Amino acid sequence: MIPQQEPDFNLNHLKLYYGKLFPFADLVRWVSYGNDGKHPGCDQSYIGRREFSFTLENDIYLRFQSFHNALELENSIKEKTPVKIDIGPVYTVDPAKRNAYAQSGDNNVFAPVERELIFDIDMSDYDDVRYCCSGADVCLVCWPLMTIAIKVIDTALRDDFGFKHILWVYSGRRGVHCWVCDGKARRLTNEQRGAIADYFRVYKGNENSHKKVSLMGAALHPFLATSYTNVLKNYFEKNLLTGQNLLATEERYEKILDMIPDESIASELRGRWQDSRRSSSAKEDINVVRWEQCKQLLQSGKHKAQGLRRCIEEIVFCFTYPRLDMEVSKHMNHLLKAPFCVHPKTGRVCVPIDPKRCEEFDPTTVPTLSQLIEELNYEGSRADADGESNRTSLGNAITLFRSSFLQPLLKACKEEIENSYNLKLQQSKNSLGW
Amino acid sequence: MEIVRPQNRRNLLSSSNEAVSAPTIPLYRSAPPLEVRLEDFESFAIDRLRVLKGISDGMSRGKKAEEMENLVKDLWKVNMRHQEATQVLNKDIISHFVLRLVYCRTEDLRKWFLSMESALFRYRFRLLNAEAQRTVMEEFDLPYRAVSNVEFESIKEKLGQVARSMGQPSPTADAIFYKVPFEEVPELVAGRRVFINQGYAYVAMNQIVSLVATQFRSQLSKALILTNRKWTSSIREQEKHRLTPIVEALSSSYLGPDYSQSREYADISLKDIDQVAKSSFPLCMRHLFDKLKEDHHLKHGGRMQLGLFLKGVGLNLDDALAFWRSEFSKKVGLEKFEKQYAYNIRHNYGKEGKRTDYTPYSCQKIISSTPGAGDHHGCPYRHFSEENLRAALSGMGVNSQAMEDVMDKVRNRHYQLACTLTFEALHGMPCDAGINHPNQYFSDSQKILKPKVAYSLQLVIQTNTC
Repeated sequence: MIPQQEPDFNLNHLKLYYGKLFPFADLVRWVSYGNDGKHPGCDQSYIGRREFSFTLENDIYLRFQSFHNALELENSIKEKTPVKIDIGPVYTVDPAKRNAYAQSGDNNVFAPVERELIFDIDMSDYDDVRYCCSGADVCLVCWPLMTIAIKVIDTALRDDFGFKHILWVYSGRRGVHCWVCDGKARRLTNEQRGAIADYFRVYKGNENSHKKVSLMGAALHPFLATSYTNVLKNYFEKNLLTGQNLLATEERYEKILDMIPDESIASELRGRWQDSRRSSSAKEDINVVRWEQCKQLLQSGKHKAQGLRRCIEEIVFCFTYPRLDMEVSKHMNHLLKAPFCVHPKTGRVCVPIDPKRCEEFDPTTVPTLSQLIEELNYEGSRADADGESNRTSLGNAITLFRSSFLQPLLKACKEEIENSYNLKLQQSKNSLGW
Repeated sequence: MEIVRPQNRRNLLSSSNEAVSAPTIPLYRSAPPLEVRLEDFESFAIDRLRVLKGISDGMSRGKKAEEMENLVKDLWKVNMRHQEATQVLNKDIISHFVLRLVYCRTEDLRKWFLSMESALFRYRFRLLNAEAQRTVMEEFDLPYRAVSNVEFESIKEKLGQVARSMGQPSPTADAIFYKVPFEEVPELVAGRRVFINQGYAYVAMNQIVSLVATQFRSQLSKALILTNRKWTSSIREQEKHRLTPIVEALSSSYLGPDYSQSREYADISLKDIDQVAKSSFPLCMRHLFDKLKEDHHLKHGGRMQLGLFLKGVGLNLDDALAFWRSEFSKKVGLEKFEKQYAYNIRHNYGKEGKRTDYTPYSCQKIISSTPGAGDHHGCPYRHFSEENLRAALSGMGVNSQAMEDVMDKVRNRHYQLACTLTFEALHGMPCDAGINHPNQYFSDSQKILKPKVAYSLQLVIQTNTC
């Protein structure tokens, strides 16, 4: 478990963090999407129409903040020392001046026009399938659930939807955030966002319904089939089954037997598992043995009947498949915490996660505020003040942000701006010539 | 005003079926240069409203596509014919444009009209034959081409997987697929009913309705905004004495009350809330209420559904804050409640953020919600498993005979009827209008229960004075 030590977070340290380490310039270059350049196609008003929102100490919310450049953002943050910074959508007009526009009478003047497609995955939504911890706590035994989520969603966003510029961020405590930043993604309507979120939705249960995952039809949709064979099955059998001891006790295996619609099979398995003498061969892990028995019985020829065909897959999906907070993804105007914030409860920095190597990510070794300040003090005693983040353990995180996300993104943005400018030029030329 | 004269009815019935099997569907791109008599203006609109209202009812009962298709066919046949065959198309176009004016005026009205007209278009399109469908598609001028044989071969296996996942046979070599950006077919994406690769969805010929319906919808959506502008800037004033009164009357008559302000039985107070929850809350709210008392917590969807209902019931902001505080503080503590939850409650009452006074959720909205892990909101008749629903109903005091009737409706996905039957079983009174809104359930229930109190009081007074 990640200890929730108070010393990991205090406002003086946070002030120092914003003063010396927080990558303001990178953050603003990102959300400017190339519009901070000199090219005549750049939209100079773009960054100023983005909503930032600050949470100050004692939960004072400052919504609809806006800034024209990195320096303004930096000054404001240094002055106010927010414990949390959220990023909202880009609006039609400067959100700080929304009231002035509202008085003009037309309600439609102030509306969101662009927003990254975002996903929020939170470990507390998995409480019915993890036994190591619950609620806001996470540990290395349940973290693989997040790894699975990143792999499944990231692959589908790239291969199915064709998105390229995707940023994954540790939320600082119990989950991950995903920002899809392609121009096409930023301009999706709420309906289209909802459609993508629904495409990812498999888990249909609520607290009062019986089965949580229900897979119908004679085949799985290609996206589900690929996720199953490439990610879910392996993680279930090689990791979660034993890590979470999914079949070790009666209470736990009953949950799985509950998902088998054929009562005779369920009771046959129950009979075998209750008889502990026979299964205590000690050599093999009891979860693995029981899972093999379950598979064997469900997939043996005589039971290939209707309804049971999908049962093994349903169990695996139920215990592994990503659970998204749908509402966050469906609406343009949802706020999401900015990367590189410090989580006030854990003191951990919201660092980017490399989706290609997400299985190596360890939430328990993410730099904490107090650790960074200590490093800063140590470094400060012997070096100049330039590029301080490079010499703290935040350096790797910032390097990752730049190399794997920001640079390719800005390159694509530049091309997009130039292309659309040239196209416009071409069009106006044509219309003149005509 | 007399809407349809009875002597004309017979003529109507004898006229042809063309209305349904009309060779094509107008796309309503521009207002018709027709002269319209004032009484036609209104009566055509009312006829079309009957169709749209029927569609809305069908959708809230969770009818399947085929059932909806038949429903729309019947609704159209009954309401949209005209004694002169040549006028059928005109009636269609005129009624649409009148309602566009009626329903352009607020966000809620636009939303309702947009989804009903889109549904109407969709099912009318499905009723067309293949040739007529192609004609409509051409009229939209969609820039999509059918997938080539070579490309088809390369993804044949995936297309087959998608088809089989929907219980359909794999497509044959002569099947036509269109390759379109996934953004154009959100409903097919949402249902995983298409293969998607590198941003493109492969849409089968029999799914093309989604593509045209989306086009129709987005064109109508834009048009409604423009109509609204014209309405506020000029039409309303110009037509102050002629059309404006008709337009304003038409919209309110069919959408039903919005329950954002409680009227008759306003001001339930905190001390009564436990008691009225038992006697007059529909199951969806009763369940949330009980869970809140039990867990001292509800997730966001539940807080919204119950919170707005309570607002509609007449709980004022201060009482609402006190109510939620008293429960939540037992679990998360007072401080956290004030920090994290109080804002949202004030927000619901229009005191924060956008300052919109939010309206309580209707049955339709609740039925179509998608509760997930840890959620207790939604419509119990739809979202509960059978066992849990039975347990909940018997907890409310529904007897076993009524229970079977309710479960029967649930199996046929008539969730609002199931709720109506529950209401009738618990109140021993018929509910002819049916349940369309949790706040309507509440006020109907109070109407039945409250007069009894008043009546028995009266009796007491009378006996005393005797």
